Amino acid sequence: MTFGVEQAEKWIITFNDKIQENKEYLTELDQAIGDGDHGLNMARGFQETVNKITSVNYDDLGSLFKDVGMTLIAKVGGASGPLYGTAFMKASLALKDKKKADVKELVEALAASLDGLKTRGKAQVGDKTMIDVWEPVIEFLTNSETIQPKELSVLSKEKMEYTKELEAKKGRAAYLGKRSIGHIDPGAASSYLLFVSLAEVFTGGELSS
Amino acid sequence: MKKLMNDPNQVVKDMLAGMVAAHFNQIKRLPDTTVIVRKDAPIQGKVGLVSGGGSGHEPAHAGYVGKGMLDGAVCGEVFTSPTPDQIFEAIKAVDSGKGVLLIIKNYTGDIMNFEMAAEMAEAEGIKVAKVVVNDDVAVEDSTYTTGRRGIAGTVFVHKIAGALAEQGATLEEVEAVANKVVKNVRSMGMALTPCIVPAAGKPGFELGENEIEIGIGIHGEPGIEKTQIQPADEIVQILLGKILDDLKLENNDKVAVMINGLGATPLMELYIMNKKISEILKEKNIHVHETFVGEFMTSLEMAGCSISLLKLDDQLIELLDAQADTIVFKK
Repeated sequence: MTFGVEQAEKWIITFNDKIQENKEYLTELDQAIGDGDHGLNMARGFQETVNKITSVNYDDLGSLFKDVGMTLIAKVGGASGPLYGTAFMKASLALKDKKKADVKELVEALAASLDGLKTRGKAQVGDKTMIDVWEPVIEFLTNSETIQPKELSVLSKEKMEYTKELEAKKGRAAYLGKRSIGHIDPGAASSYLLFVSLAEVFTGGELSS
Repeated sequence: MKKLMNDPNQVVKDMLAGMVAAHFNQIKRLPDTTVIVRKDAPIQGKVGLVSGGGSGHEPAHAGYVGKGMLDGAVCGEVFTSPTPDQIFEAIKAVDSGKGVLLIIKNYTGDIMNFEMAAEMAEAEGIKVAKVVVNDDVAVEDSTYTTGRRGIAGTVFVHKIAGALAEQGATLEEVEAVANKVVKNVRSMGMALTPCIVPAAGKPGFELGENEIEIGIGIHGEPGIEKTQIQPADEIVQILLGKILDDLKLENNDKVAVMINGLGATPLMELYIMNKKISEILKEKNIHVHETFVGEFMTSLEMAGCSISLLKLDDQLIELLDAQADTIVFKK
């Protein structure tokens, strides 16, 4: 199982398709506990990203992810731009000049993304943010020898749904305190879509969830 | 949704084009950006002041670009922080070599985007300082969470830091006085009706016929509680009570007061609010140096208002009274 430029592009394109499909849903989640711009910003940013990467022929994963990161930082704004942008910039550094990544290299790059997210957003597990999906998923992948698509998809969904139980400590939902309980975090929801998209790259088709 | 617009996705671009067409004597737009700067930027020998944030809060922040206040304002999409590259363009355009102060409202997105822009500017050798405004007492202040939001009190930071910068003060001095304003300003708001983000097309939250939201944020973030509509005097008591609990004013203290309309509030109602505000402050023997009534930081077409109180000392009074000549704020 290798992860090359073709698979990486497929990952981003699949993710963008899911973001466009779920734009209204993400916006509704954000209207409940945030400021209601998450779906719109992600849809705008990832459409620009797909436009960019499909117009260039990439030789290696590093330069592909660098363009993804730079486009998100420049086009999205809000909190999701710097966060998703930072995640892809960190992955791009970890995969610099690599034409292909094995599972270990890919997971190391995602772990670097997670570190970048935690530094940029200053959030920890339990704060009701995207970290509540990212950290357990990276931990699971680090301990797996292969990417198991079904398990990856199930775990990220479960962790996304668990954010419903949490009280927000970071992000705009934190202003609500206990009133944030009972709502899924929008950043956790988009992160779930990111990992399901990755899982689908490894199955070659859509996963039923 | 009924709005005066052409395309929900073009509202910021169209607004900026109209703004520059109206005020071309005072401001200009940096080409291919959403950045508004003073027409004469950069001003030699002066620290540059840059603020910004999501659009939809007009006249904040571009309305405060001009002599004695901001040098640049970065306008994001509606209710969305601007991106680091845009903020970086603003910093470069207003830096005269004396450094640039970034005035940031305390929202996760704004902080991250401005921090990334500051890192880009520092990498190019531009001195940058940051001040984070967090005046909204409706939100619990805690170092473990995101902390308080920045709302209308930010305009006092623009005014006072801008006045000191105009006198030729150093970046450190301008940063210090900006932090002094942040330490001494508190605000709280309430909404009668929600607002509609153009690209979303529907209200971000619902309020019943007789319902109001106490402690609302300027993006329609839910506040402390939803309650039934009450007489204005009682709403003043809730908002001002919370501000006074936190600001801890003493007998004979001097303050500036701002009663800020959120976009669709008649001036009549803002003055009705001020009747009770001035009575309460008089009772407590707190002297009002100046009262600002109008729209300073709005939330699209939301009806409602916020109250801000700034505790003053001699330095802050001098700087508040100093000359300012911007599109909407003149002294």
